[in-house]
Amino acid sequence: MAPEQRIKSFEEALLSLDRVAARAALNLASDEEDSLKFLEGIVVPALESIGKGWEEGRTSLAQVYMAGRITEELMDELLPFRGVPTDRAQVAIAVLEDYHLLGKRLVCSVLRSAGFHLADYGRMNVDDLVERVKADNIRILLISALMLPSALRVKGVRKGLARAGADVKIVVGGAPFRFDDQLWTEVGADATSSTASGAIHVVQGMRRELI
Amino acid sequence: MKPGKMTSMQRVLTTLSHGEPDRVPLFLAATLHGARELGLTLGDYFSDSRNVAEGQLRLRAKYDHDFLCAAFYGALDAEAWGAEVIYRDDGPPNSGAPLLRKPEDIRGLTAPRVSETPCLLKVLKTIELLKSRVETEVPIVGVVISPFSLPVMQLGFDAYIELIYERPQLFWRLMQLNKAFATEWANAQLAAGATAICYFDPVSSPTIVPRDTFLKTGFEVAKEVIGAIEGPTATHLASGRSLAILDDLVLTGTSMVGVSCEENLAELKTAASQKLTILGNLNGIEMRRWTPHEAEMQVKRAIAQAGGGGGFVLGDNHGEIPWQVEDEVLFAIREAVHRWGEYPLNWVKDEQ
Ligand code: B12
Repeated sequence: MAPEQRIKSFEEALLSLDRVAARAALNLASDEEDSLKFLEGIVVPALESIGKGWEEGRTSLAQVYMAGRITEELMDELLPFRGVPTDRAQVAIAVLEDYHLLGKRLVCSVLRSAGFHLADYGRMNVDDLVERVKADNIRILLISALMLPSALRVKGVRKGLARAGADVKIVVGGAPFRFDDQLWTEVGADATSSTASGAIHVVQGMRRELI
Repeated sequence: MKPGKMTSMQRVLTTLSHGEPDRVPLFLAATLHGARELGLTLGDYFSDSRNVAEGQLRLRAKYDHDFLCAAFYGALDAEAWGAEVIYRDDGPPNSGAPLLRKPEDIRGLTAPRVSETPCLLKVLKTIELLKSRVETEVPIVGVVISPFSLPVMQLGFDAYIELIYERPQLFWRLMQLNKAFATEWANAQLAAGATAICYFDPVSSPTIVPRDTFLKTGFEVAKEVIGAIEGPTATHLASGRSLAILDDLVLTGTSMVGVSCEENLAELKTAASQKLTILGNLNGIEMRRWTPHEAEMQVKRAIAQAGGGGGFVLGDNHGEIPWQVEDEVLFAIREAVHRWGEYPLNWVKDEQ
């Protein structure tokens, strides 16, 4: 099967929540040279396309979520030892002062499927997050927020990190940032994306810069 | 009828029957701003029915809008089932950790009774107080979180999506309980004096589930519950998209739909083709940094796109104005509705 065709059938299988077809579309041959690269070449464009579909109103969040979950499961099954960090550009993700964890879960799921290793801090307040990021020497911090007041708290994280002398790139996302496309700059973030899969591209770019 | 002579109730009823009232009705869902008006923290404000009634009446006097909103906050419907509610000073309270730790917990779940649930009784008392003050002059809106959307707070969003697709039996058992609750809760609000019920159902939006899933789930649930609610309803998708399911929403029996700023209002109005009144679609999050001039331009745009022929209520696109939105913007919205919203909307044709 040609790569484009494979990506397309993988995407279609995910959108109809068909695990068996999704696995078949990946169809990892045992003699594949670099299986991680090979799988990512299918999985990443498919997830990005589903994310883009959501942004444009063609797919739903339930599909985005189920696609991420199925992909993550398949990657774990096919390549159980992938994702070991090989560089010092440490990445972490947190939900800021919010009780809504789905955005973070979606981002984790796509990044892991794309072969990234990232620390999941769960739910955090501003001070604890700053401290933890500094202690763990994190260079790229992803923050997910669903409520507007939580999104506005990113300002505090930016200030706290500056005060602590930590050189950290902040990537924000979640509904408030989708509904106000200026909010991410206002709170002092370095980047945003209106979809979870958009994080792949952003983090890739930042890592290249940092390493 | 002469311009300026209608009560809010007449204005709203006229637009709902797809006629042109004296001006476009305005729905400012400032559910939180009442606390600021009374100088209270949000926790104190929501602790007493009288505060909310007084706050809403003062806001109406101030912003001159056409509805009284008796809703406290979305997490209240989960609180009724025993969920924890966590307050903050700068925004609406949220539900905490999901009440159900795993899907199997649905088996042992029973629905709360309205008459035995203090947080619900508090809202009913607010409705009674409002009703005693405005009688039939101003519509009073009650809110229920739909049986199909409530499980996000009962179970958590990820677990709920999995439940819909992978555990149909447990899903339908939960729907059974939630339907009974939502119906009783909506009817209690109507009995207390609410004019209409806002059926909050964002999970049914194509933003959240595909239409084919919706037709098998949220649609069936809505048809049944809206059919059993003994008064008019408005369906709100909380800024989720609606265009792809507008025709389906008509079949649920609802009269109005709250629409998203992510979709074109003119297109939605055309698609509603006199079967649904459109409510929207000011972007509440962006509103936080609007200047009064931008607010006016947004109001003007919305009225130009959807005001003609009635069947339109101007409001934000989510059903709640964020705490961070300042008075000068809300005043500008009020002024702009008076300036641009008076029927007939001759200026719309002139500008085209
Ligand atoms: C469904 C829904 C509900 C449901 C379920 C909510 C829930 N999760 O608990 C119900 C009806 C219960 C509800 C209630 C409320 N809601 Co509501 N709701 C929505 C809706 C339609 C979807 C929310 C959702 O969970 N989406 C799923 C998440 C994952 O989507 P997302 O954050 O956009 O994330 C995507 C991207 O942004 C990206 N992403 C996410 N994080 C990150 C991070 C990074 C680094 C990157 C790169 C990308 C990324 O990935 C995701 C997928 O691609 C939105 C409006 C909308 N159109 O989105 C409002 C919305 C979230 N609700 C809102 C509010 C305010 C509330 C209430 C507080 C209202 C009230 N007064 O009570 C309550 C709170 C309920 C509670 N839990 O206590 C506001 C929040 C913003 C604000 N104004 O503060 C929104 C945005 C509506 C609006 N336009 O204002 N709601």
